[in-house]
Amino acid sequence: MTVLRRIWETDPRKDPNPLVYALLAITAVAYPIWAQASTGGQGDFLISFLADGGVYVLLAIGLNVVVGFAGLLDLGYAAFFAIGAYTYAFLASDHLVVTPLQEAVHLPFWIVLFIGLFVAAAFGIVLGAPTLRLRGDYLAIVTLGFGEIVPRVFRNLGVWTSGVNGISALDKPQLPLWIQGPWSGDQLEVVQNFKIIQPLGFYVIMVLLVGACIVLVNNLRISRIGRAWMAVREDEVAAAAMGVNTVRVKLLTFAIGAAFSGFAGAFYGAKLSLVSPENFGFSVSITILVMIVLGGMGNIPGVIAGAILIYVVIFGLLGALPPLAEEWATSLGLGSLVAPNGDWPGIAQEVQRLRFLIFGLILVLTMLLRPQGLIPSRVRQQELTKGVNEDQTIEDVNAEAAT
Amino acid sequence: MVSSLARVRGRLLAGSRGRVLNGILLILIAAALVLVATRAIALGPAYFIQIVVYGLADGSIYALIALGYTMVYGIVELINFAHGDVFTLGGFVSLWLIPIFGLEEAKSVGPGIIIPLVAILVISMLVCGVVNVAIERVAYRPLRHAPRLAPLITAVGMSFVLEGLMFLWRGPFNLHYPNLLPADSISLGGSASIAYKDIAVIVIALGLMTALSLFVERSKLGKAMRATAQDRDAAGLMGIDINRTIAATFFIGALLAGAGGMIYGLYFTSIAFDLGFSAGLYAFTAAVFGGIGNIQGAAIGGLLIGIVRVIVDGYFDSAWTDVVVFALLVLVLVFRPTGIMGMRVPEK
Repeated sequence: MTVLRRIWETDPRKDPNPLVYALLAITAVAYPIWAQASTGGQGDFLISFLADGGVYVLLAIGLNVVVGFAGLLDLGYAAFFAIGAYTYAFLASDHLVVTPLQEAVHLPFWIVLFIGLFVAAAFGIVLGAPTLRLRGDYLAIVTLGFGEIVPRVFRNLGVWTSGVNGISALDKPQLPLWIQGPWSGDQLEVVQNFKIIQPLGFYVIMVLLVGACIVLVNNLRISRIGRAWMAVREDEVAAAAMGVNTVRVKLLTFAIGAAFSGFAGAFYGAKLSLVSPENFGFSVSITILVMIVLGGMGNIPGVIAGAILIYVVIFGLLGALPPLAEEWATSLGLGSLVAPNGDWPGIAQEVQRLRFLIFGLILVLTMLLRPQGLIPSRVRQQELTKGVNEDQTIEDVNAEAAT
Repeated sequence: MVSSLARVRGRLLAGSRGRVLNGILLILIAAALVLVATRAIALGPAYFIQIVVYGLADGSIYALIALGYTMVYGIVELINFAHGDVFTLGGFVSLWLIPIFGLEEAKSVGPGIIIPLVAILVISMLVCGVVNVAIERVAYRPLRHAPRLAPLITAVGMSFVLEGLMFLWRGPFNLHYPNLLPADSISLGGSASIAYKDIAVIVIALGLMTALSLFVERSKLGKAMRATAQDRDAAGLMGIDINRTIAATFFIGALLAGAGGMIYGLYFTSIAFDLGFSAGLYAFTAAVFGGIGNIQGAAIGGLLIGIVRVIVDGYFDSAWTDVVVFALLVLVLVFRPTGIMGMRVPEK
C-alpha cells in the first residue's frame, strides 16, 4: 500500500517519474498480448514491428545523452550504429571466410553486444578527442562529415564488407539453456543452445535492453557526470571555472552516446540478420534527432514516447498510407487519381513522397511552437521558455527579490 | 578571478597543442602531395592541365554556394543547412523557365540565346533570394535568442522541407537539364582543352563573386552587414536596422546560390532534388576551408575543393571522392578550425 501511495503522491512532473515508468512497463507487457489477441494469434508481425522499433528507442536514448543532456549536436549518429551492426556482422557470421582472413568467427550474441558497444565507444573517442574542442556548430559539422564517411567506407571496402550487397545470414542469438513446454507448442524439455527466432523472443530481449538502458541513463543523469553534462550544456566557460574538466566530460558523453548506438547496432544486425551500407545514411541520423526533439529533449520518457511515435508514423502509417489513399480516392469518386498520368505519379506514389516534407515540418514546427517537445523535461522547459529572453529572466529575478 | 578565467579560456582554446598539430598537418599535406605527384607524373602533363580546368569549373560552382554559407554564418552564426537546397531550387526554377522562354536543346544555338538565358538566370536568382528571406523570417528570426541548438535544428528541418517540396514537384529521379551551352573548346596543347562552357562557368562565377565582395566592401548596406557581423547590439545602437540587414544577407547569399544552381544544371546537364545535400556539404567544406565568415577565403576554398574532387576522380577512384572531401572537412576543423585564411577568433 505504501508503495502505491508513494507513487500516487509524487509530483507527476518529477523525473524520473515512477508513474510514467510503471505505465511504460505495463504497456510493454500488454502489447504482445494485445497483438496476439486482436489478430487471433497472427500478431507476430506486430511484435516484430515493435521489436525493430525498440532499436530506435535505444538510439534515441543514446542520442539524448549527447544532444539533450550535454547539448552537443551530433548529426552523424548513424555512423556508430553502423559500426555496431558491422561489428556484429563480422564477429557472428560466416562472412569472414570470404575476406582475406578466410576464417569464420562465431561469437555468441551476448558477448558481441558488448563488443559492439566498446568498439563504437572507441570510435566515439577517436572522433571526439581531436574535435571536441570545437564550438557547438562546428562539432555538428564534424559529426555530419563522419556520418557521411562511415557508410561510404563500408560500401567501398568491398573485400571486407561485400560493398553494396552488405553482409547477410548473421547468427541468431542463442540461449545456452532453455525450457520448452506446451506454451510454445512443444513437449516439456530442457534444450541446450536454444536459438531465438520467434519475434516474441526478440521483443523480450529488446524490452530488457531498453529497461537496462533506462536505469543506466537515469543513474548517470543524477550522478556527478550528469550534473557536469548540464553545466557544460548551459555555460561551458562557467562550468570549467567551477572545476569541471569540460573536454573530459564531453569526450565521455560522446563515448557513452556512441556506446548506446553500437549496442543498438549489434541488436539490429542480429534481428535483421543483414547489414548493408544503405541502412545507415543521413536520414537515419535525422530520424533519431526528430524523435528526441519531438519527444522532449533531455527527458527520457519523452524521448521514448517520441521514438515510438515517430517510428510508428514513419514505418507504420506512412507505409500503410499509400494503399489507404488509393482506397479513399476510389471511394470518393476520384479514381482517376490512382493511376499515374503524365507528371502525376499516382496518389500512392505521391503520398509516399510526402516523407521528406513531414520530417522537415516536424522539426521546424516543434522548434517554433513547442521547443521543449511533447513531454518536456522540466529544466529544459524553464530554460527554453523563460531563458529565451535574458531581460525577462532579469525581470523575474527582480520581481522575486521585490516580494 | 580574472586570471583563472583567462587560464580556463586558454585551456579551452588549447593553444599549447598548436605546434604538435601543425607538425602533423604538414606531414599529412606532404604525404598527400607526394601521392598526387607520383600519379600526375605517371599520367602526363596534358591530363593534369585538363584536371585543373575541370576542377576550376567545378569549384567555382561550390565557391558560389560557399559564399552564402560564409556570409550567413558571419552575420548570425548559423549554419544555414537549407542553403544547399536553395541552390537546388535555383536549378529547378531555371529548368522550369527554360521551355517557357522558348529555349530547346540542340535547336537554340548562337548568340541569340544569351538574352533569354540571362533573363532566366536573373529570375531564378530572385526566386531563390525571396525563398531564403522567407525561410529566415519564418524559421530563424523567431529563434534568434533561443539556445543555439534550436535554429540549427530548424535549419536541418527547412532543408528537408525544401527537398520535400522539390521531390513533390518533379519526383525522385535525376532530371535532364537542356544542354544549351556550345560544345566547342579551345586546345591547350596536347590532348588538354578548355571548353567554352568551362570558360563561361568560371567567368560568370568569378564575376558574381567580385561583384559581391565589392558590394560588401564599398556599399552602405555592405558596411551595415560588416558592422552587424562584428557586434549586433552595437550596430543596432548606431541606427542600423538589424532585421533588414540580416534579411539582405540571406537574400544576397541566395542570389549567388540560385545562380550556382542554374550554372550547375547547364554545366552538368542533370539535376536531382537531393543534389543540395551533398553540394551544400562540399560548399560548406569550402567555406570552412577558407575560414568561415571570410568571403575571399570561401571563394578560394571552393576552387580548392573543386580541384581536390577532380584530382581524386581523375587520378584515383571516384568512389572515394566523397570520403576524401569529408575527411578533409574533419581534418581542417581539427587542425585549422579557423580555416587556411581565417583569423583566430575566440570562442564566444
